[in-house]
Amino acid sequence: MPQNKKPKLAVWKFSSCDGCQLTLLDCEDELLAVAERVEIANFPEASRAVVKGPYDLSLVEGSITTPHDAERIHQVRRSSKFLVSIGACATAGGIQALRNFKNVKEFTSIVYANPQYIETLNKSTPIADHVFVDFELRGCPINKYQLVEVISAFLHGRKPNTPSYSVCVECKRRGTVCGLVAVGPPCLGPVTQAGCNALCPSYHRGCFGCYGPKETPNTASLTAHWSELGMKEIELLRLFRGFNANAEAFRKESEAHEK
Amino acid sequence: MKNKTLKVDYLARVEGEGALLVKIKDKTVTEVKFRIFEPPRFFEAFLRGRDYSEAPDITARICGICPVAYQMSSVHAMENAFGIKVDGQLRALRRLLYCGEWIESHVLHVYMLHAPDFLGYEDVIRMAKDHGDAVKRALKLKKVGNDIVNIVGGREIHPINVRVGGFYKLPTKQELQVLVERLQWAIDASIETVKLMGTLPFPDFEREYEYVALRHDHEYPFNEGRLVSNKGLDIAIQDYENNFVEEHVEHSNALHSVMKQRGAYFVGPLARYNLNFDRLTPIAQQAAREAGLGSTCNNPFKSIIVRSVETVYACEEALRIIQEYEKPDQPAVKIEQRPGVGYGCTEAPRGILYHRYRIGENGVILDAKIVPPTSQNQKTIEEDLRQFVPPRIDLSQEQLTWQCEQAIRNYDPCISCATHFLKLDIQRE
Repeated sequence: MPQNKKPKLAVWKFSSCDGCQLTLLDCEDELLAVAERVEIANFPEASRAVVKGPYDLSLVEGSITTPHDAERIHQVRRSSKFLVSIGACATAGGIQALRNFKNVKEFTSIVYANPQYIETLNKSTPIADHVFVDFELRGCPINKYQLVEVISAFLHGRKPNTPSYSVCVECKRRGTVCGLVAVGPPCLGPVTQAGCNALCPSYHRGCFGCYGPKETPNTASLTAHWSELGMKEIELLRLFRGFNANAEAFRKESEAHEK
Repeated sequence: MKNKTLKVDYLARVEGEGALLVKIKDKTVTEVKFRIFEPPRFFEAFLRGRDYSEAPDITARICGICPVAYQMSSVHAMENAFGIKVDGQLRALRRLLYCGEWIESHVLHVYMLHAPDFLGYEDVIRMAKDHGDAVKRALKLKKVGNDIVNIVGGREIHPINVRVGGFYKLPTKQELQVLVERLQWAIDASIETVKLMGTLPFPDFEREYEYVALRHDHEYPFNEGRLVSNKGLDIAIQDYENNFVEEHVEHSNALHSVMKQRGAYFVGPLARYNLNFDRLTPIAQQAAREAGLGSTCNNPFKSIIVRSVETVYACEEALRIIQEYEKPDQPAVKIEQRPGVGYGCTEAPRGILYHRYRIGENGVILDAKIVPPTSQNQKTIEEDLRQFVPPRIDLSQEQLTWQCEQAIRNYDPCISCATHFLKLDIQRE
């Protein structure tokens, strides 16, 4: 394939910790191979070179939290053939979406010296609230094998093969003893999307929802049972108010436990 | 001579969103602004009301490059509040985890973010075309660091195995053994790295800095020690806020941290090295000397060599810990929570990371303060540029801009970390 015909890949950052785009650089065994097949045209964390758009595939990390970013995401969309949002910030608003549950007055009680210097929106929102998104890759952080799968799928014009079932399925497949049964709650595995290979249960701790809600989760049934087992409302509230707090199913569930 | 303005609107090869503005008038620099426009994320605000046990997982999300540092500073702060000491093999495992993070973070910066500047490439992918073997070595070395974090922490980014009091699950001796051979290779590979970085062309630039780092009785510092400087500072970490203050300046979403009455200071590998050279292993010291470094170094561009020397140390230390590892009976010490204030300060790859928490009844966090390394270096970065630019003023715009970027990258600035700490009100559109 001639050099100039390589598909162009761009990586964009909004409000985030940089961990999801770092995942690309953490693909130690795959990075050079990926770079042979695509032109890394815009990836400021890795390169000072910028190749002009349009781009064949844009990976977007981070959530929208400033007026400037709410404009910028439209430019990104306009210059991208496919746009994939990566990670909990981009797909649900991230941990910084915890602000969405506070009212402005509550925050003004923690006034900083010069708040007039700062421009920020009242809510942290996912990319799909602002522009059309071709695919959402979940996780806090994303899984590197899923990332390589997504890049490869879009380059070949097929749908990425990432599961939407729960962490429980992965956990059973690994043969991990079920902590919910053996130890007791909490474990968000039954309502959380797979992708991490049921990591936390294999480390003797309950899932805390890095990949966000699975398809059709029944959170209310789970928390009703846990309440009977003695979990407090504040504990249930905190559990659903993590990195995917603003994902609809988790948001509604946490609000149900708010006084 | 007419006015000249250097502008970099989006600084590349750093973690996060920053910009640079240098204004020059008649061969003098009139203004330097290292502007951080990364949006604030308010961690200190939303930590309020959370359970103490959630702090390591929540604060890890401040930075995808150094999550272990956040987990370490937060667990130490909590343990300090509860009067708990984590010792023996559990302490050693934490050190091992930190070694992993130093290796992956340093190798990322040395080869992938900083070396391309010295060698004249836009990025590591382009560099790989001419320096394939070096880049392959870098990727392999970085992977050793990531795999340590993976085995001990569960995954490279935002590990899940760290808790107040210790871990959720301990690795077996066998699980760690697989790293032995790779670490033996990694020691050699990192010595090679020191050699290679020692041959780079370095700008002639030195300043007299006040370096601040942890200092421990007999170890090169990771998790514990007193805060010391080369100009007489020697304090316990709980006195941090009596000696350092944060200023809010208009052009940056990150607070500038300064030392009271003294101003800018310098944290990170160069500071650690200058204050703890005697605590490095003989092999790391020798590698440094062979690359032309003395026991102190005042050229921030040479931080690329120092990072490589610290990588040698981290590989050796990781190997030592693994060879001496015996799996303890319990993965964590028992916690008895109580109200109080706890302090933690550990050496993130980029320098000291300070956490302070006030804990109320039932283990709830009442307030939190977090000071990351990059906000402590911001003022020093700006001062460097003020001195760096004038002798180079006749360079072309492109060359001078690139060299200024390189000068900023000396600090491996993690802008994602630095901006997340503003306590402020939310301004509505």
